[in-house]
Amino acid sequence: MDLLTAEFFQRALIGGALIAITAPLMGLFLVLRRLAMIGDTLSHVSIAGVALGFLINVYPVAVGLVFAIVASFAIEALRRTYRTFAELSIAIIMSGGIALASILFTLGKGFNLNVNSYLFGSIYTLDYTDLAVIALVTAVVLLVVLLLRKELFLLTFDEDAASVSGLPVRYFNILISILTALVISASIKIVGALLVSALLTIPAACGLALARSFRQAIALVVVIGEIAVVGGLWAAGVWNLAPGGTVVLLLITMLLVSLGSRKLRV
Amino acid sequence: MVAQIAAPVSCHREMVALENVSYAYGTQQVLDGVSFVARERDFIGLIGSNGAGKTTLLRMIVGLAKPQHGQIRLFGTPIERFKDWHLIGYVPQRSHFNPLFPATVREVVLSGLYGRRKLFRRLTKEDASRAADALRTLQIEDLADKRIGALSGGQQQRVFLARALINNPKLLILDEPMSGIDNETQRNFFHLLRHMHQHHNITFLMVSHDMEMIRSYLGDEPKETSGKLSFHVRHSHDLEDCGETDLLHTLRKEG
Repeated sequence: MDLLTAEFFQRALIGGALIAITAPLMGLFLVLRRLAMIGDTLSHVSIAGVALGFLINVYPVAVGLVFAIVASFAIEALRRTYRTFAELSIAIIMSGGIALASILFTLGKGFNLNVNSYLFGSIYTLDYTDLAVIALVTAVVLLVVLLLRKELFLLTFDEDAASVSGLPVRYFNILISILTALVISASIKIVGALLVSALLTIPAACGLALARSFRQAIALVVVIGEIAVVGGLWAAGVWNLAPGGTVVLLLITMLLVSLGSRKLRV
Repeated sequence: MVAQIAAPVSCHREMVALENVSYAYGTQQVLDGVSFVARERDFIGLIGSNGAGKTTLLRMIVGLAKPQHGQIRLFGTPIERFKDWHLIGYVPQRSHFNPLFPATVREVVLSGLYGRRKLFRRLTKEDASRAADALRTLQIEDLADKRIGALSGGQQQRVFLARALINNPKLLILDEPMSGIDNETQRNFFHLLRHMHQHHNITFLMVSHDMEMIRSYLGDEPKETSGKLSFHVRHSHDLEDCGETDLLHTLRKEG
């Protein structure tokens, strides 16, 4: 098949495979801390940044990243104000992001601004700069998670206990926010802002259903992410489907299978 | 010269000192000028009605809440400068983890070691055997590879006590460790705590609403009261008898 050897498709596969490691990994930590919807929020804010990037003619992914980081700090600050209502801070920032994005998109109508490619992803237009950014983000996230996996586990399992152990919990929370913002900005072009949170949360949902330990959960989410992204891109290429949507539907299928197999086991 | 009567200086070191500590949620004053000193090898039962500020007091002692007035010292160091958190084991009220959390009992017990000292360090063989010891001490070794959410309330409480003990703490802080556990398990658990207090160099600070159990071990009369809080204290004096310092090993020997 010529498609599989086409350069743009290979770039898509490599970029997708890299994001399929980091997005589910960060997603697992977020889901376990009851912050599953943070991905949605940050990606919508990030879209506003992308739009601004087009307007002022700066690399859009970078502006999107800055927006996502600022938003993640705002969420963390609001989360501390409304301690037991983590989801409240997320809803507020999300609507802010959408509002800003819609205004910027309208302002940019005269420009060459393709909204769809960022809302739904345009993985086939991935260029070498994008690929380099994704590779860098993957390296950073993997390094941090590898170095701090024990502490991240404790923080995720029991934030109070982490604090009583003398861990600098505030800095860890900031670190998680920044890593999440990095991963989301990097994945927007691949699955699109509307579908980013699927790549963060659905592998984690499968992991919760199947894993018996935290180690297993970490391995599972990455494997599931890889199967969905690589398999989804391939299927989308062969049958000429929307790549982002195919990946997400494959993820949901795998979730249903996970839930079904758990029923069989119990 | 004026003759001075020397105050009886305790030979036991000060573990926790509260000096005029106050805390309010908004306008609701929960704690008002509480002062208290816990000394080495004391077993302190903290009793008070709902809303008396027991949990708040414990949360302040472990640094999860800041007093609005007053000072807290841990092992003689003001809490803001205290760094040796591995000396303190904390078992919170209801461990509010998600029952679906994918973690095994062993992973949770090991996480008691993850503090400042273990940052960027790998787990060693010794760490693994400490975890095994802690599990054996609390008779939950057969549950080691089970998911924490699949355990009963009493078993979970043992897991969290094992997590608190894995560092060989000098001070063990327990917030209603027996709530939601059946009576027999409660008795066993309390027996275990009493045993640890009598045979090891550990200071206990425990919040409880079970007057009967507290009275049976710590006596009817509180040593001190402050507001709606009362502190029942019993001291174990056989400090010299306890040659071994590794709690987990000796506990195992004694069965």
